Amino acid sequence: MYKILKKKILNPTVTLMEIDAPLVAKKAQPGQFIILRTDENGERVPLTIADYNREKGTVTIIFQIVGATTEALNHMEAGDDLHDFVGPLGQATHTEGKKKVAVVGGGVGCAIAYPVVKKFHEQGTEVHAIVGFRNKDLVILEEEFKDNSSKLFLMSDDGSCGEKGLVTDALKRLIESGEKYDEVITIGPLIMMKFVSKLTKEYGIKTVASMNPVMIDGTGMCGGCRLTVGGKTKFACVDGPEFDAHEIDFDEAMERSTMYRTFERNAHEETCNLLVKEVR
Amino acid sequence: MDVLKKVPVREQDPQVRAHNFEEVCLGYDEKEAKLEASRCLKCMNARCIAGCPVNIDIPGFIREIEKGNPEGAYKVLSNYTALPAVCGRVCPQETQCEERCIRGIKGEPVSIGKLERFAADWARENNIKPDLPTEKKNMKVAVIGSGPASLTCAGDLAKLGYEVTIFEALHEPGGVLVYGIPEFRLPKETVVKTEIENVKALGVKIETNVVIGKSITIDELMEEEGYRAVFIGSGAGLPKFMGIPGENANGVFSANEYLTRNNLMKAFDASYDTPIAAGQTVAVVGGGNVAMDAARTALRLGAKVYIVYRRSEEELPARVEEVHHAKEEGIIFKFLTNPTEILVDDNGWVKGMKCEEMELLEPDASGRRRPVPRKDSEFELPVDTVIMSLGTSPNPMISSTTKGLDLNKYNCIIADEETGQTTKEGVFAGGDAVIGAATVILAMGAGKKAAIAIDKYLTDRQ
Repeated sequence: MYKILKKKILNPTVTLMEIDAPLVAKKAQPGQFIILRTDENGERVPLTIADYNREKGTVTIIFQIVGATTEALNHMEAGDDLHDFVGPLGQATHTEGKKKVAVVGGGVGCAIAYPVVKKFHEQGTEVHAIVGFRNKDLVILEEEFKDNSSKLFLMSDDGSCGEKGLVTDALKRLIESGEKYDEVITIGPLIMMKFVSKLTKEYGIKTVASMNPVMIDGTGMCGGCRLTVGGKTKFACVDGPEFDAHEIDFDEAMERSTMYRTFERNAHEETCNLLVKEVR
Repeated sequence: MDVLKKVPVREQDPQVRAHNFEEVCLGYDEKEAKLEASRCLKCMNARCIAGCPVNIDIPGFIREIEKGNPEGAYKVLSNYTALPAVCGRVCPQETQCEERCIRGIKGEPVSIGKLERFAADWARENNIKPDLPTEKKNMKVAVIGSGPASLTCAGDLAKLGYEVTIFEALHEPGGVLVYGIPEFRLPKETVVKTEIENVKALGVKIETNVVIGKSITIDELMEEEGYRAVFIGSGAGLPKFMGIPGENANGVFSANEYLTRNNLMKAFDASYDTPIAAGQTVAVVGGGNVAMDAARTALRLGAKVYIVYRRSEEELPARVEEVHHAKEEGIIFKFLTNPTEILVDDNGWVKGMKCEEMELLEPDASGRRRPVPRKDSEFELPVDTVIMSLGTSPNPMISSTTKGLDLNKYNCIIADEETGQTTKEGVFAGGDAVIGAATVILAMGAGKKAAIAIDKYLTDRQ
């Protein structure tokens, strides 16, 4: 059992939790992920490590409520126990030897972008954080990004906070104004990463995308998370989750991400109904 | 009774069992078991024993059953094996113990597997436990993985008095026994759980949710955590794909994924959260036991199922009993058929499979008949789901994070066949991690030999 030590609502659909998991905390690196199960009938869900504290033995996760499991997870409180929590899994972000980078995050992907930004900042790399949200109610970690990056560019679809526009608008402007990035790292919805990748390809800037396919075991034994990268099949859980964005078949990844959509919708509705009943 | 024939075993009716996940084979009752045991000639130099990878005293336990003493039979078994209820069910006896049985020369061999299963099931139902170790050695040994090789090695070391901890990456121990082999061949709650509880009762600790190579490395276990020796039984879990067009479409699974969703995550049971896209018309590519398991699982989830195999029935690597069961249940076999492309619809889902017919050449130097495509034989098989069951290879995660642990060209850990000693001192390995995907009992045999070798290694160093 893995105790929830802290719970914080970041916005109406995004929640932060700090979990007691010393073994995971000891080895965690930015870019890696964990797999959890809420209870013994639960499914295995991958979530990226948003932060960790080796001394306290804690790991922070940030999740968006999108389906049955995240809904159930969001109904758990500090003091409750998660049934299973395993990690760290996947390869860590390669942060060494870079002078200047741009990290482009979108929506809840910003939770994954944050530890990467922080790591670059701590090691003295000049890091531009470009983060985008639909509107101001959905903004997360603004202070943290501000404190841990060289510059923060906050974008919103409707202009209700930061600047109106997409993350690609900001990135394009920066590149055209003469910023020379050794690398762009992008983390967020597939469609956003696809367009970031398209943009940087035009300018020949090396770009890495953090992929988030459907996973079960997360240790390389099923291939449910496979993607095509550079014409070859890769397993995101062991070969990734980060890959050269210019080599990723994003269209295939987007199709694969819809595989269980109907199941997910049904399960989510069922969970919601169940929880509503409990409240009554 | 006809002594040339096995006492028949009761099974669920094929029409009924095709729609449920209950065990197909119902096993012998006491009367049937005694009758079958009486067919054993109790050979002095029993050839069956040599056919068993863990060399169970077969006439010895059968004699106890015949005497009406199933408890005694179980005690004999548990001197040799930690998992008799599992092996009695899933071993390919026809190529092991039963193949050597003298009765088999003129008639059917003694049904050794079913008798082993009977004794183990009787012990479980009557709450008989294996004898607990008395000796204590005060030395820690780590076992990586909790499949059959590891459970056997851990159990044997615990009996010798070692403090054994098993590290398992998944949330449930058992390896292929829980994620791979389906409920209808090997019930999880009763059979697998009980045998794992029996291993724990010997004093073996099991730590789940620990991924060796990620959460902690073997070097750290030995240098920082005080483990004096390590046994790697991490199996061969990395699925192979064909590399044909369309293989990443929605609706294409590795057998490992399909079976894990269903067996470990219990997707067939609505009270569990994990979904499965079961399919209406399913093609399973491959001819091994895993292919049979995947096909029979898809059938139980309501699909029409084809097995697509590039050689002929004669070359099927699956157990004869399981092929027979699959046919009875209505699985359609397409032999001498090889997929060349998976056809995908506009939404990215499988809509069919392009195949070609094959013919077999004369046996080559290796004795295998090589399949070659027949000219202009291409056809389309309309299916909405494809399950790739082409075998698995060892996962390099452990070897790549352990100093001095060498692999061969198939990514298998190099280990001495008799002792399991690897290229790294104090580290032993066995099972599929060493020989590639094989059988439960071979893995157990390797676990057993390694336990003896680890004991010798640690004793010599004292």
